[in-house]
Order: sequence, then structure tokens, then C-alpha cells
Amino acid sequence: MGRKILLENSDIPNIKSFDVFRAHGGYFSVEKALKTMAPDEIIEEVKKSGLRGRGGAGFPTGLKWTFLDRKSNKPRYLVCNGDESEPGTFKDRYLMEKLPHLLIEGMICSSFALGVNTAYIYIRGEFKYLLGILNQAINEAYKNGFLGKNILGTNFSLDMYVHPGAGAYICGEETALLESLEGKRGNPRIKPPFPAVVGLYDCPTVVNNVETLANVGYIVNFGGDAYASIGLGKSTGTKLISACGNINNPGVYEIELGMSVEDFIYKEEFCGGIKDKLELKAVVPGGSSVPIVPKELILFTASGEKRLMTYESLAEGGFESGTMLGSGGFIVYDENACIVRNTWNFSRFYHHESCGQCSPCREGTGWMEKILWRIEHGHGNMKDIDLLVSIADKIEGNTICPLGDAAAWPVASAIRHFREDFIFHVQYPEIVKNIKHGALYKYENQD
Amino acid sequence: MLKITIDNQTIEVAEGTTILQAARKIGGSVVPPAMCWYSKLDGSGGKCRTCLVKVSEGSAKDPRPLPKLVASCRTPVIDGMVVQNKTSPEVLEARKAIVEFLLINHPLDCPVCDQAGECDLQDLSYDNGKVSCRYQESRREFDVIDIGNLIKLHMNRCILCFRCVYVAEQIAGKRVHGILYRGDVSEISTYIKNSIPNDFSGNIIDVCPVGALTDKTFRFKNRVWFLKPMTAHRNCPTCSGKVIAWMFGNEIYRITGRKDEFGEVEEFICNKCRFEKKNINDWTVEGPTTIKRHSVISQNHYEEIKTPSIINPLEEKMEKQTNDE
Repeated sequence: MGRKILLENSDIPNIKSFDVFRAHGGYFSVEKALKTMAPDEIIEEVKKSGLRGRGGAGFPTGLKWTFLDRKSNKPRYLVCNGDESEPGTFKDRYLMEKLPHLLIEGMICSSFALGVNTAYIYIRGEFKYLLGILNQAINEAYKNGFLGKNILGTNFSLDMYVHPGAGAYICGEETALLESLEGKRGNPRIKPPFPAVVGLYDCPTVVNNVETLANVGYIVNFGGDAYASIGLGKSTGTKLISACGNINNPGVYEIELGMSVEDFIYKEEFCGGIKDKLELKAVVPGGSSVPIVPKELILFTASGEKRLMTYESLAEGGFESGTMLGSGGFIVYDENACIVRNTWNFSRFYHHESCGQCSPCREGTGWMEKILWRIEHGHGNMKDIDLLVSIADKIEGNTICPLGDAAAWPVASAIRHFREDFIFHVQYPEIVKNIKHGALYKYENQD
Repeated sequence: MLKITIDNQTIEVAEGTTILQAARKIGGSVVPPAMCWYSKLDGSGGKCRTCLVKVSEGSAKDPRPLPKLVASCRTPVIDGMVVQNKTSPEVLEARKAIVEFLLINHPLDCPVCDQAGECDLQDLSYDNGKVSCRYQESRREFDVIDIGNLIKLHMNRCILCFRCVYVAEQIAGKRVHGILYRGDVSEISTYIKNSIPNDFSGNIIDVCPVGALTDKTFRFKNRVWFLKPMTAHRNCPTCSGKVIAWMFGNEIYRITGRKDEFGEVEEFICNKCRFEKKNINDWTVEGPTTIKRHSVISQNHYEEIKTPSIINPLEEKMEKQTNDE
């Protein structure tokens, strides 16, 4: 346990610069790929590696690449999705800030494999500070002949651009991202057709997460089998987990998939246990949109097995007792945390970020937020709790894009597992009103 | 040709047809309601989610059902598809929920709304809505604004179907009109509340499924069910000149485009026809329009429905009897 793929060199001073990165074995995979491998071989290696999309859905990357339409004579595009805006997830920004060249290296290999000559890195509007870092890294790569025309003397040419969004969570959805990249309003498109056939500028496009693309360099260097040997079962490789909440050591950790959740929370080299020696109450293991689960169900599955940090183990039990690995935003709550307030906070986020295109999400997110506000502020009644469940159920699955589902799951799961908290809020509004909620209370009353 | 079965009725359609278009070919009760899709506007549809249907068999090759309900207006037919609309309780449940979502922020000011009587949302909620309302929060509110001096926008009533945006983009030329903000505070607006300077801008009134965009030359003049819709035409240099004149006696109250049985305009008309030609002498009136029997507009129509709406099978016998007596 403890092998690192992405963050191995992250602590080397000035690893951001091309020379230091190159001295530590950087861009070796580009040389190997362009000079010795055929594009299909790389795709084959990625398939063998079992690498899964790190943006949340966990779709096998190799399989996604094979969907790319190669028959049409249109140009193809690779887009790196750096619009990481999910509450609780902050792994991509860490990667781009510390190791921009690792991402560029992975993107060059991927572009070569996919036959792409133009690649884009789409970053979130709030990541303006990354714009300089990434542009500098790209310029260095151009200067040293890893980008531009005829890279390393081969026939392969690649141009890369960074594009900042304007600050919208919805632009993390791949089709909304493409709309935004085209300069339009970031509304998700109606699928089908999928971006692999009709994507950016109506051309076949692959959209991958930052972390996914950063892994490609390693797979090219060491082979798909070496990558697949790390991890457990179908969850291969390592995963960046951004841990936050009431823990002793919040931060970004690279873990091998297959570690137990208990180890991750309590081991000193990871989260280091709950802050102030309090009890664990609940965990959101994959960013705000995945279901919240209580202590009993995060440490052990419903059938009594140890829960592991893998896509399968966390999802065991479906939405009844399980959750999802998602994008790896690991949020931990101690016994004092107010689940109702937390749910309201998430709900407020989704209400604010809903694009307003389709009716269930546009109207439903606002409705849920208003009800949760009432319950949290002591104006709720018992009917509201079932009403919330009903609304969440009606939004889920009826929307254009997964934002509707993402807004519905946290509410539905919070009520499923913590109904007593909601009932308490309705029954004792006076007590609830007087609770001062730590950081959030301070944040709201800072003026 | 592709074979598709919708609510146990099978039809063959050409490649590229959507489920909704196939359903409209069959007609009758299998047609899912559509609030945002408009056959004449590219890119419309998929937004209101009222046309959701269940695909119980994906295709002849792969008869697995699709995991989610799909928007029938944007899902192309695959050979051998089996679709459930009215026969699926899941679909009816979802549609009920969508109607509820559409209505929570709708002001329900039908008594003072010009669209009442010809409003798609009224029909939809009459067919699929609930009697009671579970929403007790405040509704969103916007100011009423003018889009030029001929069109009024009541954003409160809008269900954000985006149809008018597509009309402004595709029929009325330059893009000066679109959506501002996002989520449930999104707003239809023009560039700094300007008018839409185009001869065909008035069509945004016709495509609006609710009373959000109304004709200022007709506002509060009359209720649609007191007027007689008459097919009329004139020689117009800009458009086809084929319209419906809404008349009361010999007076024309308003002009709209001719609509087909699914409420879609057949041919878009120009602003001159719509707003300026309100004199009976400008038009050649062809005769009364046929109106669906259930429509509230057919209320005060005396002559135009030629076939008797209620057929009395005993009529002849009764006449005979009276004669005999």
C-alpha cells in the first residue's frame, strides 16, 4: 500500500518548471509513444489498464475512446475537463497547480492515440490563478518541441489551448462544457448524439477528467498490466481523494484503490481520525452529489463486510445502503454536525447552479431549497419531510443532464438515513434556532 | 422504413423520425404533449420534459428497455422500438410531476391572462395535473416588460420553453433576444430591453405556449372564446398572407398564424399582417376555421362546425314519431 502514480514527484521543489520535470523522467512517455508505439497500441494499453474516468461516473476510459467516431473525415478534438466545482472535491486543482506538465504529458499521449491535433484544457472560471501556470507550462512544452508541428520529428502535430470558463458548475457536464467552449451559454445538450460522434464544433470529441488524462503517461511508460496490478478488481490504479470536514489532516491524498475506508479515516498518514476526538457521524465519500451515509454504513456494508475505497465496494447496496466513489471529494462529519443544515447547504448550491433549461431541475431544486430552509430555520412541519422525498424522487431521472440526479440524491439519502434529525428540527424549532453552527455560522455572520 | 410500436399501435416511419413525430402520425391519444418542441424550429425540444415516454424495447436487435424515460421529441426511432406513453403508469406519474413543477412558479392568473382558452399549459394541467397544490413557498416574480411597442412580456408566466429564442434566432434574423441568468431565476429578455427589429418578430407570440408573450394590440380587448376565428388571406409582399382573423361581428380583433391540430403555426406571418391590418377590407375572409370540439374557443361558434357534434341515433325515429302523431 502506498504506491503513488501521480503525486510521486509533487514535493520536488520547482517541479512546475519544464527542466525539473524533465529531469525526473517527465515526457518520457511522449517519446516512447510517438517513436515506438502505434495509436491503437496505446488505446489497447489503456483498455488493459482498466483506467476509469475520474470525474465521477467511473466509466472505463479505454472503452470511451473506442466510441470516438473515426470514420468521418472531420477533425477530432480532445478536451480536458478541469471544471472541478463540486463541493468537497479539490483534487484537480491540486494536480494542475503542482504538476501541470504531468497533465500535458498525458494529453499529448492521449491525443496521439486518438489522432487528435487540437486539444483544449477547460478550467473553471474561479481557477484564474491556474491560467498562468498552465499557459507557462504549455509555452515551455512548445519551446522544447513537445507541442506544435512535427513533435520530436514525427508526423504528429498537436496544439493545446487553455480556456477558462465563466464560473458555472454546470459546465462540468461534458456537453455543457463543449457549449461553453464554443462560446455559447453553458447549457447541456440533449443526448444522443454523444460527444464521441457530435462534439465540439460538431466534430467527434473526447472529454476526459484531469486526473484521468494525467494517468495516461504512466500507462504508456509501464504498460496497462502494471497499472492494472495496482488496485482491486475492476477499480484499478490509484485515486486522488480530497479529504475535508471534521478530520485532523484535511488535504489531497493519493491512495491505492482497495484500501479500507476505516484505515483512510483513522490512519495517521491519511485523515488522521476525527477532530477533537469526537465520534464519526456520517461521510459523503465522493463529492456533494453522492448519497450521504452514516457511520455504520460507511465502515461496513449492509451485509457486514468491510467497506473499501473502490467503485464497487462503495456502491454496494445500491442507494438503499450504499453510495458512490464519485469524484473523490471525501467529506467527514463529526457527531455535532447538523445534517439538515448540511443538506440545505448542498441544496442551495444546486439551486444556484441549475442551468434552468429543463423544468424538473429548474423548479425542483429551488423548491427543495426553500423547504429545507424552512425546516432548518424552525418553520417546518412533518409533511415537509415526505414532500422532500417525493420531490427528489420526481427530479431524479427526468432531467436532461445528471445535475438533477446530483441535486436529488443528497436530499433523498439524508432523509433516508437521518430522518430523526429532520423530525427533531420540526419538533423543537426553538432549540434548533439557537444552535450556532461552527464555521458556517461565522461565515454567514461575518459582516 | 423503421417499425415502431407506440401504445400497441404499430407504424412505419422514415429514418430520422423522432418518437413524437411517429406518434403524431398515428394521432389520437398516443401523442405525448409537447410544450417546448416545435417542428419548425431547429434545436428546440427536450427541455420541458412533458413528452417523456418509456421505451420498453430499445430496438429489434437489442430489445432491452432503456433505463430512463426519454424525451420523445428528441429521441430518434430505432427499428423495432416499443414505446409506452399512456399505457405506462411510470410515464403518467412523471408527467404529473412535470406539470406540478411547471405550475409551482406559474402565477395561475388565468382569469386576467390573454392566453386563457388557447393556452397549452391549461390543457396540459387539465389533462395531467393535480387538483391541489403542495407548494407553499413564495413564487418568483418579475416585472412586466415591453419588447418593442407591439409585444408585452410577462416573465412570471413563462415556462422557459426557449421557443421564442429559437424564433428570434432562426426566423427573425439577428440574435437580439435570449436567456439571462440561470436556474429558476432565468429570464427571457432582449438586449437592454430593446425591441426585436424584424418583420417576423411577432411570431414569438404565436409560438409561446403560455401567456408570457402577448400581442399589445389585442391585450385586454376581448376573450378568445368570444371571438370567431376565420380563415383569411391577403396579398402580402413579405409573407404568405395566410392567417386567422379573430372576429367579433365585422370587426377584426386580432390576427394570428394558422395553426395545425397540434397547435403549431403552419406558416409564419409578418408583423404588418399581424399588427397593422385590422380592417375587414384588408382581408379576403374565406370562412370559419375548424376548431377542436373540446376547445373552449368552440364555445360561441354558431355555424362553422358542419357535422353535428352530438349525433342522435334516434333522430329519424323521433321525427317520424312526431310526424305520425
